[in-house]
Amino acid sequence: MLAVLGANPMTGYAALLDGAFGGAKNLANSALKAMPLLLVGVGITIAFRAGVINIGGEGQIIAGAILSTLFVLGFPDVPSFILLPLTFLVGAMGGAIWGGMAGVLKSYARVNEILSTIMLNIIAVQILNLLLRGPLMDPGEIVKGSRIPHTERLSGNADLPILPGGTRLHLGVLVAVLMAVACYFLLFRTTQGLRLRAVGHNPFASRYAGMSVKRNVVLAFMYSGAMCGMAGVTLVFGSEGHRLATDGGATTFTGAAGFNGIVAALFGGLHPLWTIPASFLFGALLVGANAMQRAVQVPAALILALNGLVVVFVVGSMYARTRLARTASESREQGEGSDSRSPERSGDPEPRNPP
Amino acid sequence: MRPATAGAPLLELEGITKRFPGVVANDRVDFDVRPGEVHTLLGENGAGKSTLMKILYGLYQADEGEIRLRGEPVTIESPSDAIEQGIGMIHQHFMLVPTLTVAENVALGLPSGRRLMQDLSPVQQRIRELSEIYGLAVDPDAYIWQLAVGERQRVEIMKAIYRDVSLLILDEPTSVLTPAEVEDLFVTLRQMTDGGRGLVFISHKLHEVMSLSDRITVLRGGRVTGRTVPSETSREQLAHMMVGREVRLAPNRSESDVADARLAISALEVLGDRGTPAVTGFDLEVRSGEVVGIAGVSGNGQRELAEALAGLRPVASGTVVMNGVDTTTKTPKEIRRLGVSYIPEERMRDGAIGEFSVAENLILTSHDLPPTSRRGFLNFKEIETGCSDLVRRFTVKTPSLETPTSNLSGGNIQKLIIARELSGEPEVLIASQPTRGVDIGAAEYIHTVLMDQRAGGIAILLISEDLDEVIGLSDRIAVMFEGRIMGTLGQEEATVQRLGLLMAGVSEGEE
Repeated sequence: MLAVLGANPMTGYAALLDGAFGGAKNLANSALKAMPLLLVGVGITIAFRAGVINIGGEGQIIAGAILSTLFVLGFPDVPSFILLPLTFLVGAMGGAIWGGMAGVLKSYARVNEILSTIMLNIIAVQILNLLLRGPLMDPGEIVKGSRIPHTERLSGNADLPILPGGTRLHLGVLVAVLMAVACYFLLFRTTQGLRLRAVGHNPFASRYAGMSVKRNVVLAFMYSGAMCGMAGVTLVFGSEGHRLATDGGATTFTGAAGFNGIVAALFGGLHPLWTIPASFLFGALLVGANAMQRAVQVPAALILALNGLVVVFVVGSMYARTRLARTASESREQGEGSDSRSPERSGDPEPRNPP
Repeated sequence: MRPATAGAPLLELEGITKRFPGVVANDRVDFDVRPGEVHTLLGENGAGKSTLMKILYGLYQADEGEIRLRGEPVTIESPSDAIEQGIGMIHQHFMLVPTLTVAENVALGLPSGRRLMQDLSPVQQRIRELSEIYGLAVDPDAYIWQLAVGERQRVEIMKAIYRDVSLLILDEPTSVLTPAEVEDLFVTLRQMTDGGRGLVFISHKLHEVMSLSDRITVLRGGRVTGRTVPSETSREQLAHMMVGREVRLAPNRSESDVADARLAISALEVLGDRGTPAVTGFDLEVRSGEVVGIAGVSGNGQRELAEALAGLRPVASGTVVMNGVDTTTKTPKEIRRLGVSYIPEERMRDGAIGEFSVAENLILTSHDLPPTSRRGFLNFKEIETGCSDLVRRFTVKTPSLETPTSNLSGGNIQKLIIARELSGEPEVLIASQPTRGVDIGAAEYIHTVLMDQRAGGIAILLISEDLDEVIGLSDRIAVMFEGRIMGTLGQEEATVQRLGLLMAGVSEGEE
């Protein structure tokens, strides 16, 4: 594809690899790019495991960002070691509320979650733009008259501390990895996680076993939204400007992390721990894409398209593998007694509707 | 029993071998059908019956062996080849399009008289003629969705007759029929063989096999383990050939102390999926140490009844009292905590999660109770010991506790569910079709377990379509028809004939 566009593919890919992995600085940039993807990806994983699809990462990021920004604006002078954890908590709450709405709509009004999450994304973007053009706009911008839609520089007490090592890596990256591990424990080591996965695999059997499918769907959306909300916190308080900003359009400040996180989650096989390398790789591709653009003058959009292909192939191969495994086990059972098997779910993200 | 019709075989399968990775599904199987006879293929799930029939019907290709039709070697590469050769098959699950009429279904896949255009009037005409000849009451203009299961099966048979098949394979055709409908079916099938057709009858209901077959071939583990005729064998012998060891068909019933009522249902009304009453005016009492059987053709409200008792389906009116507590409006979880266990009818839909491991399924209903859980975390050490114990006690055959449950056989999944349901030491057990689709060995074991529980003082409500099972296990039998109890018989007075009448909706007084 690169050759068609008249660029030397070798130079291009060398630049991509160098830009993504070459040296501590580039590695750190990849990790920073991966951080929100990881948080969102882990959140998406929880939702998928519980049998619902959360396309609302964008909206939940924004909700978390807005609520945490309001919180820090309200309490700018609280010391850092108290303010930071609380900010993450508030951000998680914001995301959980936004996600929970989709869950409640699904469980109690039978609104398809894909529809509701997409609509909630749009609403969140508009609320953000409205706030940043109005009440939350940096007073300095109003005085200057430039009216750039962003908040004032938020309290330094809430800045995510830079990690030692001389790179731009900050605390948010650690938080993201920590949350991935925490979610692994949630899903596979706790009774709540067992319920979430049970509901995701088979809502009928879960209900029969005494679990509330509706309740667990709402909870799944809240956990999922909380992760996305924390991604929002890292994006605001780990940003260069240390403020909440928007481009005025639909992508705002998120860099589409709410959607790319879905890819990272699927890439990681919907397992919280595998999502760590998956989102790092995806973050690296995003960073490398820019380097490649500079090196061989190929539009970064193309690299993004290549990323898309990679993901399609990887996810496709996983599906093919489960299919093969299934065929093998079926023939082992002589093709008889088909009543004893239910359709394989791992390769098929279609959610089953709870009754 | 009529003697097998002599003459050249219609179909001969010789030395058929079919291998799948790791298993030989058919091992040098010889099988033949003569014109005018019913040759039964008997065997457990996984014995190789379906594989053999799929080879005959062109769905699989044999690795070795020869198929001869009327003495001529043939290769059958697809079902359409099979149909062309005059082979028809009636599957256990009907292959009909519900939104089309009977005539349209019969004509499906046949060349039309006119190009492109449908012309159904000759089809309708022919269906009426055939209905009369074979006594198959089928209205060509009715839509399939309007028909009851018994009628749908007649349409399937009509399809085969219309295509003028010379060899018809019937895969468990009686599983959805009442005893009376089974009798009608057998009359029709006899008429078909009188016309010189050959029939392959696949079934595991031994009394049907004994009454319909001219010859019987038994498969086990892919091999032929017995060939016999009904007059020279018995049900016990057939079961022995199927399982390879002595089998007790009737469970041992001991005396048990019947005490106070544990489950009392009064004036229960439950709505079905379509919002119409599925259970109406239902009164029943089950006491501890007692098994009350619910017999009936499937679809007469048994599923809705069980679901309502388990709290999975709202009760429209009436009351359910279990263990002295009114559970009419309680949630499934609250009902479970009262000591009520439920073995669901559809084990892979309601009873277990296929993707979950054996251990995860064993703790599914008790995962949030100590010792399985400790402050919200799963206690893997306890789970490991508890589950190994259950697997051993209930002889669940599994490679490990981590094996995905869907890899187990139907019988072992059922044992797993029963192990879980009895692990909480319930006081009331609702068992819905506990042995449907499981092999004879597992069924025998499950029956023993149920009888042990009865002796232990549990109140058991047994819902089953298998009359032998209901009669063998129950102290009293209530027959359900269209959501009501048509009649209740004591264990001594219950016979297949009397139950059959009640199942068809004929109350005792009308006999």
